[in-house]
Amino acid sequence: MAQQHTDYLLHLADNALILGQRTAEWCGHGPVLEEDLALANMSLDLIGQARLLYQHVAALRNDGSTEDSLAYFRDVPDFRNYTLLELPHSTALAPTAAGDRDYAATIARNFLYSALMVPLWHGLQASNDAQLAAIAAKSFKEASYHLRHSRDWLVRLGDGTDESHARMQQAIDHFVPYVQEFWAPSEMEAAAARDGVGVDVASLCEGFDAMVDDALTEATLKRPKAGGFVHTGKHGLHSEHLGFVLAEMQSLARAHPQGVW
Amino acid sequence: MSNPTAPSTPSALKEWPLWEVFVRSKQGLEHKHCGSLHAADAQQALQMARDIYTRRQEGVSIWVLPSASITASAPDDKDAFFEPAADKIYRHPTFYQIPDEVGHM
Repeated sequence: MAQQHTDYLLHLADNALILGQRTAEWCGHGPVLEEDLALANMSLDLIGQARLLYQHVAALRNDGSTEDSLAYFRDVPDFRNYTLLELPHSTALAPTAAGDRDYAATIARNFLYSALMVPLWHGLQASNDAQLAAIAAKSFKEASYHLRHSRDWLVRLGDGTDESHARMQQAIDHFVPYVQEFWAPSEMEAAAARDGVGVDVASLCEGFDAMVDDALTEATLKRPKAGGFVHTGKHGLHSEHLGFVLAEMQSLARAHPQGVW
Repeated sequence: MSNPTAPSTPSALKEWPLWEVFVRSKQGLEHKHCGSLHAADAQQALQMARDIYTRRQEGVSIWVLPSASITASAPDDKDAFFEPAADKIYRHPTFYQIPDEVGHM
């Protein structure tokens, strides 16, 4: 089985797992009970997508790896998620504590990610990897809800009070530059698109821009100019934040490697 | 969300109204009351109801309505309202055989 094929699946899986883990940080700390439950639901949707993809990779590799070994026993350079998804829920340059979490940051990131994933999962339903196509069909419905939820809050907060508007704008300014990584070419994505396994992600850029502009206009927010450093998470070169995410996520499994429920 | 006519006291901005949630289950014929929640408006209440009350595939349709629009009977009126019906057994149509073809009534 071609390495590029499994790398592509790991890229999709790691995206879902890392954002799922980040989103789970709100569990028990949501701004209101209703949102706490909504976020926990979405986190479980994402972790569920990751599990299906890891299981698929493990089956393709047939080398003894499992969904658990892929999630818990790989290190930072092995992860292929977008850098956007590993960042803390904060727009501060050096967030120091869980108390720095800003709901505007959560909403901005979830919106940008689901605005990509809705058309991406939609396209992947036609993948010639039948298992991936089936996972995409399930994930498309979940992502559609995530987009609806985050877009709704984006508009409410953007077109809200002076403070909510300012914080939402700050979050958008902070996260939008990371979106450039979506469109940066990579070998695994090019190979997946060529083989009919994946979607040519660059073809989604125009629709994505229209969706984002439409939501930002409704939210009375301004879109910052793109530019600057293009992040490289999907190549395995991450920000310093991923190590902390993995440390928290993996420590239990690594302390008890044979542990089962 | 900012509304120029709404009172701008911090508590008025922080407290969302209460909504009652009704869910129709897959087999169910009618929407049943299943609980309440806080939300800023009806659309948000619907979305939150989805997350809170249909997580375990409980429903195929949701209604939400503002709790404030419900007029409820008072507990003190219980005797006057409901007691008189207790001894009027002839109001119960339990003496009839219902043919199978009628189905659900």
